[in-house]
Amino acid sequence: MSAAFATLLRRDLARLLGGAQGGGAVLPILFFLAVAMIYPFAVGPDALLLARTGGGVIWVAALLAAILPLERLIEPDLERGLFDQWALRGISEEGVIAVRVLSHWLSFGPPLMLATLPAAGLLGLSGRTLGLVELGLLAGTPGLAALGVAVAAITAGLRGGAALGGLLVIPLGVPLLIFGAGSLSAGGTSGLALTAAVSLVLLAAAPFAGGAAVRAARD
Amino acid sequence: MQGATQDAGITVSGLACRRGDRVLFSGVSFTLQPGAALQVSGVNGIGKSSLLRLVAGLARPFAGTVNCHGAIGLVDERSALDPALTLERALAFWSRLDGGGVAPVAALGLTHLLDVPVRYLSTGQRKRAAMARLIGQRAAIWLLDEPLNGLDIEAARVVERLTAEHCAHGGIAVIASHQPFALARMDQLALADYAQ
Repeated sequence: MSAAFATLLRRDLARLLGGAQGGGAVLPILFFLAVAMIYPFAVGPDALLLARTGGGVIWVAALLAAILPLERLIEPDLERGLFDQWALRGISEEGVIAVRVLSHWLSFGPPLMLATLPAAGLLGLSGRTLGLVELGLLAGTPGLAALGVAVAAITAGLRGGAALGGLLVIPLGVPLLIFGAGSLSAGGTSGLALTAAVSLVLLAAAPFAGGAAVRAARD
Repeated sequence: MQGATQDAGITVSGLACRRGDRVLFSGVSFTLQPGAALQVSGVNGIGKSSLLRLVAGLARPFAGTVNCHGAIGLVDERSALDPALTLERALAFWSRLDGGGVAPVAALGLTHLLDVPVRYLSTGQRKRAAMARLIGQRAAIWLLDEPLNGLDIEAARVVERLTAEHCAHGGIAVIASHQPFALARMDQLALADYAQ
């Protein structure tokens, strides 16, 4: 069975990272950078203001970027009958979803953390703030990935599922945003631990929520 | 085919299916031994595909029970092959999952299509690719949903011959089709007799 999951992980990574269709993992990252780039245009070149608010902007941009890949996560496989074929082979929906969360995070989390470096430069963040943002993203992006996969499974097959998915991710991602961005204020470093805690809850719940959603979508 | 075991079997009793508020059929019972084949026939929308999904365990019956012994393979209107991959790599994914089963690409006339991305294949070519995937799975029980749809006459004969070989090796086939499917010693189940 672990060989089956390794095969699934390889396919997921090739599909999510690969640029063969829809830009792969690059599109959310470009979107993330674009938000960081237009923010100074909107609020003006006040370096102090940018440095003070930039960390929060990066968190908002990360949450918004997490919405972009939603429709590619579950829907295509459900529509093409792959989930049915896996079920016939005794591979549980929960297992497939757990592998999908891991592969989605690998194609989304580390690239986002890399893209945070130029984004921090654009916003003029201090070294300390950048470090906190990176640590916060390390703690928070696994939760964002789990949330994204679960919501993608719940909205798969619905008309306008992609838009609905975005609307669902934003409120459910707010705890990550509050604790992650909150860790940037003075004395708020315990926010990092809370961000990680929210991530763990989302990671634990996502396979079961997503698996149940895929089974429900069959009827 | 090689994997078809002698203790494969399907027992269905008192099966009923509901879609929305409507009961499509009820009281369907049959038993299939190794080597047996069954054609489920009926007009569109009578519940042929739903019956196959119930047998596969992919849907829950409204009433009745389904007991299957043996691995189940399903071919329906969806090929379950990644459109972006070439046919060879799309089949290789399932081959790895199924423990190295070899899909009979030559018998199904797919050899020259192996380096073509799945999204460029025609309906009939996709159907043949799905058959290749099914045979590579080496499941004892074949559930074929409209297996001849989109196939030309020659490919249809090949699919019928492969199904006959599967049954000759002790496999079981359930074929849901409104078209005639040529297979020796095949039971018939007219779903109209059980419709509500």
